[in-house]
Amino acid sequence: MRLSSTGQLTQLRTKCQAAAKKHKKKVLVCCGPGCLAAGAQKIADRFRTVLKQKRIAGFSVQALKETGCHGFCEQGPLVVIEPGGTFYTKVKTRDVEEIIDRSVRKDEVVQRLLYKDPRSGKSIRDWAKIDFYAHQNRIALQKLGQIAQCDIEDYIAGGGYAALAKALTKMTGDRIIDEVTTSGLRGRGGAGFAAGRKWRTCKDVQSDTRYVICNGDEGDPGAFMDRAIMEGDPHSVLEGMIIAAFAVGSSEGYIYVREEYPLAVVNLQKAIEQAEALGLLGNDILGTGFSFSIKISRGAGAFVCGESSALMKSVAGQVGEPRAKYIRSVIKGLHDRPTVLNNVETFANVPVIIDRGADWFAKIGAKNNSGTKAFSLVGKVRNTGLIEVAMGTTLRKIIFDIGGGIIGDRPFKAVQTGGPSGGCLPQSQLDLPVDFDSLTKAGSMMGSGGMIVMDDKTCMVDVAKYFLGFLVEESCGKCVPCREGLYQLHRLTIKVSEGRATEEDLSTIEKLSEMVIIGSLCGLGKSGPNPVLSTMKYFKDEYLAHIRDKRCPAGVCRELITYEITPDCTGCMACIAVCATHAITGKKGKVHTLDQAKCTKCGACYAVCQHDAVLVS
Amino acid sequence: MNHDLGRLPAIFKRYPKSPESLIAVLQDIQKEYQFLPSEALAETARVLEVPLSKVFSVSTFYNAFSLHPKGEKVIRICVGTTCHIRGAKQIQEQLESQLKIKAGETTPDLKFSIETVSCVGACAKAPVVIVNEKYHGPVKVSDYKKLVKGK
Repeated sequence: MRLSSTGQLTQLRTKCQAAAKKHKKKVLVCCGPGCLAAGAQKIADRFRTVLKQKRIAGFSVQALKETGCHGFCEQGPLVVIEPGGTFYTKVKTRDVEEIIDRSVRKDEVVQRLLYKDPRSGKSIRDWAKIDFYAHQNRIALQKLGQIAQCDIEDYIAGGGYAALAKALTKMTGDRIIDEVTTSGLRGRGGAGFAAGRKWRTCKDVQSDTRYVICNGDEGDPGAFMDRAIMEGDPHSVLEGMIIAAFAVGSSEGYIYVREEYPLAVVNLQKAIEQAEALGLLGNDILGTGFSFSIKISRGAGAFVCGESSALMKSVAGQVGEPRAKYIRSVIKGLHDRPTVLNNVETFANVPVIIDRGADWFAKIGAKNNSGTKAFSLVGKVRNTGLIEVAMGTTLRKIIFDIGGGIIGDRPFKAVQTGGPSGGCLPQSQLDLPVDFDSLTKAGSMMGSGGMIVMDDKTCMVDVAKYFLGFLVEESCGKCVPCREGLYQLHRLTIKVSEGRATEEDLSTIEKLSEMVIIGSLCGLGKSGPNPVLSTMKYFKDEYLAHIRDKRCPAGVCRELITYEITPDCTGCMACIAVCATHAITGKKGKVHTLDQAKCTKCGACYAVCQHDAVLVS
Repeated sequence: MNHDLGRLPAIFKRYPKSPESLIAVLQDIQKEYQFLPSEALAETARVLEVPLSKVFSVSTFYNAFSLHPKGEKVIRICVGTTCHIRGAKQIQEQLESQLKIKAGETTPDLKFSIETVSCVGACAKAPVVIVNEKYHGPVKVSDYKKLVKGK
């Protein structure tokens, strides 16, 4: 069926909502990135099989939904029974039948699968009341986890494409741009450029063709917000893009998805086909005469392609090398035509802004940083997962209230934001409000939203070395400051980590970093020294410990540590099995011995020991 | 090495014959053959009317492309930031020493390849290892047998 008017869309919505109401219950199985890695697909398949076998009055298999990321990945695989939000954690296939018998057929609760609040020790039934969720404010992620992954009818039933209908029939392009400008929406991809201003510039350039591109090249290691949105709620991205296209007058769009996200490509493609079939995308959208098509462009594994000009080169089938910034891609972008490029989360915010109004949106968040921001809260934090909070929320609230603090109650050491362009913030910055400007001022940056929490067992020199190593691999090699400068910085951090550096090397790092920042062509190089600079700023002592005392306080840098087996060893032989160089010997039940001469300090024994009998010093 | 080029025309048919299709075509060839045979690169250059040097440049710029055949089982170790601080390196070394190859290499019998990848977006389950298409996480150093032998 093709919708040829907004009225028909409303009719379809009413129909979808009525169909959904027929089911007394809904079973939502989270199939987001985290739950899938924990085996969610098997759970969903098992639900389908069992639900087909057992005929339950008032329930059909259609009410079983494989959703996108629900958020609380740590507790996955997750299953939610609606209405009521009964939240089952760490579900196994053998639990499925019991959940169906007790919570779908009847209104009982499977107590042992509920989330237990670690502070009070009480089980919590409703997910919305769990601390992890209660402190969040969801806009871009509002439908994620609540609707089936690739189901346009579910999306429409929940109010989807209403904003598009409003934009196309009740607003002009200028009015939409004004609305987005008033909302204060800033690009969620990293630098935080005002979306409305970008759209205005694009529209004002004289040109026969304009492009709208969605940047789904979420390259920052440690970030998966965009992956979750593209896989779990692809229609919100499409809707945002279509509204943008109508506003600036574009008829062709691309979504650039990174190579590592094959499922995002599949789900976006399905969503595009569904939207085209309903006449929400393609020619004569909703009978308004406006036409816009979207193609998916698959990345091929290059971090630099997240940079706008490199991304556009890649879309055009070329090597992804950035060009100088003074030529702005919004004026001369893809095929030298004006191009609006925003990231996934930015587009996902657009329908909500159009639907609820700029003033509503502008009231959320902080000054000059309106709205919310999605983060992947990961690392050594207890509650890992996907979150969305109002801008201006403090790091402390995110890490301790939502994240539940550090795993094993170890001391908090740092939080890394902004990926390889960002920095590490220490304890003293925990009350920093999280927004674009505050993070930049503190020497880090927002980036796309990775938030990696580190404890005392994480070495800051190692983290700096890690990011520089990453950037050395990913530098496209076009400009010398980035290609050679980052390479030398990497070598210097290796020198520190191996205890061979002098204090003079630290000032060389600073000088060289300045050169790389000034001289590099694109953002990748310009922000490349941030991780080393921010760790040197906040964790100078740790650098000095490596240099002066030849000591790695976190027990990470190999050249400066030794492993020992203590008398606590039970002789379980687990370490012997993983020791690649056969440095550990011993008999079952007897304390093992470690030959320092053969030990490569790989840490495998430390990782497998269940009895705390391997000591790092 | 000679490779059956008979599967190429079907790939070329999927895309417009223009330089813009280069990456998409190479991706499909990579998927079909598990690597980019040199004959296929030459054929791509001819069909898309792109200089062979450009085809080579694109094939070596992007990490997704390999000019060498890969093993039946491709073990990809995520070395993103979260996986790194949660011990991805130990897992990498364990697998490397067990299979006696380094990351980026393939065993001589073409059974296994080890690769590293900078973040697959499953950080909440770090450290993550992907064997062919299947995700495993959080992986422990002692899980190497399961990763190598499992399906």
